[in-house]
Amino acid sequence: MSTTTPPDAQATPPEAPAGATRAARPATRILNTALRHPAVVPIGAVVLALLIGAAIMLAAGLDPIVAYTAVVSGALEPGTLDYTFSVWGFICGMALAAAIPLRMGEFNLGGNGQLVLGGLTAALIAGYAPLPGPIVIPLAVIGAAVVSGAFGALSAPLATRFGIPIIISTLLLSPVAVAIVSYLVRFQIGEAGSAVAQTPRLPEGARMWALGDFSYSNVGLLIIIAMMIVFWVVDSRSAVGYELRVVGANRRFGAYGGVRVGRLALGAMAAAGAAAGVVGAIIVMSSPYRLIDGALISPGYTFAGVAAALLAGGRPLLVPVTAILFTVLQVGGAAMERSADVPRQLSDVLQGVVIVVLALRVVLDQRRSERSSA
Amino acid sequence: MQLFELSFVAAVLLAATPILYAALAGALSAQAGVFNIALEGQMLWGAFAAVAGSYYTGSAWGGVLVALVSTALFAVILAVGSARWKADPIIIAIGTNLLALGLTGFLLSVLFDVSGSFAPRGLQGLPKMAFLSDIPVIGPIFAGQTVLVPLAFVVIVAAGFWLKRTPAGLRLRGVGEHPDAATALGVNVASYQTWTTIVGGALCGVAGAQLALGNVTVFTENMTAGRGWIAVAAVMLVAGRPFWLPVACLGFGAAEALGFRLQGIGAPQQLTDAAPYAITLVVLVLTRIGFARRNRSRTLIDS
Repeated sequence: MSTTTPPDAQATPPEAPAGATRAARPATRILNTALRHPAVVPIGAVVLALLIGAAIMLAAGLDPIVAYTAVVSGALEPGTLDYTFSVWGFICGMALAAAIPLRMGEFNLGGNGQLVLGGLTAALIAGYAPLPGPIVIPLAVIGAAVVSGAFGALSAPLATRFGIPIIISTLLLSPVAVAIVSYLVRFQIGEAGSAVAQTPRLPEGARMWALGDFSYSNVGLLIIIAMMIVFWVVDSRSAVGYELRVVGANRRFGAYGGVRVGRLALGAMAAAGAAAGVVGAIIVMSSPYRLIDGALISPGYTFAGVAAALLAGGRPLLVPVTAILFTVLQVGGAAMERSADVPRQLSDVLQGVVIVVLALRVVLDQRRSERSSA
Repeated sequence: MQLFELSFVAAVLLAATPILYAALAGALSAQAGVFNIALEGQMLWGAFAAVAGSYYTGSAWGGVLVALVSTALFAVILAVGSARWKADPIIIAIGTNLLALGLTGFLLSVLFDVSGSFAPRGLQGLPKMAFLSDIPVIGPIFAGQTVLVPLAFVVIVAAGFWLKRTPAGLRLRGVGEHPDAATALGVNVASYQTWTTIVGGALCGVAGAQLALGNVTVFTENMTAGRGWIAVAAVMLVAGRPFWLPVACLGFGAAEALGFRLQGIGAPQQLTDAAPYAITLVVLVLTRIGFARRNRSRTLIDS
């Protein structure tokens, strides 16, 4: 982005203050203002990542145009939209699990553990509670939120009392939860005589309510959208949301200003864990109505959610938008493998590249501040 | 009985070695004031590069060299991004970890047309030190190990002395402890941090090579399976002091080896797999009891 101006326009002396850009030509001014729009950085990161992905494919002797076309058409064909929307919901939910702590500058990378614990809780409540459907379905979702929320909240005292960063404790706790759930499904609560490690199918009355005649998207999607609305309201309209953002911007200032950082972290991690737990519950209570060993983790919703949350900077209104991108990548990745013969792992590559490019955007900011202070 | 004991020691060493190399990389970064959580992805890349290198050169040492060089290059993203451009090392590391996971799977498919795992016939693993087998005690422990196992301890001791006893090592610690003071004394902080991170990448490459060509002779997707995070925890445990690293890493190695033993007598694999993480976390907590009292500010630490 060079903003060279003809000599006659350089009327400003070199030591002019930052506001001196007003003397520049209107076109440049509009461009500069446009470049400061908050959406520029994520969009730029995505475009650059797609270009890097194309370069990787070209180097591997694959056709990027064909691959990207397959991704988009595979994810957005009318026939697959139902499935795509359900995945978008799961990725949004996992993005919430990452975005809520991100608002206060913490990283929750233990989504997998929180997700499977929620799935386990829902499978147990919906599978075994002898209650009528209208009671058991919400109970299973709430139970999953409570159990996963408690599990997520563990990381807060570990950080405040023992100084173990949340990013580390979530990552160390997660495989433990995943292993315990896997063990239970395999040896304790699994369906007897089945070749796959899975729980028995949930009774008809304990399955998530259908949404019209969609086969994948169900009321669970509405629950996740409701969670996102709650996050937006709390973030932008409440004292807690303000405290979250203050601590995220400057932890010392927040503590100085009387924010109880420990309590805030506890709440944020509980909410994050609960969001992941609800996603786990909805997956289990959707078709095929079972908890299958490994099925909650293998699609990679957790890190697609982390990537979406990072790309959105944790902003509640941007999360659903960035989640669309990673949903298209996840769902279209399989189609790309089938029709363009490009390994689906390219989706993970692009996720990683987007995050790296996003992190390196500070270079742009530096250039900008150098320019405006020059 | 004695044979069992010695073979257990051998298993502990085997499990601990990759974590040792990666944790040394993390400890050097910590000394230079960089919170390096990219170890997992770098080790995974190193494992893939080692197998690919061994496959193409026909020599295991060729694989180690390819792993060392290419992982150092892979670490340049983190090094330059965080030290020179002042980007957030945590976000870059989350990105490079995902990138390593995706790229290794992608290349596995593109280069070798397999998915999941790659172990072609004739893939050269690192040679074991069989010539030691006649020596009592040491024989049973080291005969089945690669040279990289004892070398890990040599490298760690050397790095520890370098940090403690040489001007450059002293400057590196100064950079980590007080970057402004180091700058005032004319030490180039960004340069020290950049090169430390790149050397750390090379060490993670060796860790991956030992994992894929020493412990086994195969590359499987996501074969590091969290060892890089255990290395990060080990660095926190010893507060970045290299001389203590062997103690921490051998502890994790023992947890992993014990898990294998327990599996042998019928314990479910899921639970023994989870043990190292649970033990790591418990030990971390135990070593930090009183942290809140020492840091009366009661805020989360600035990680």
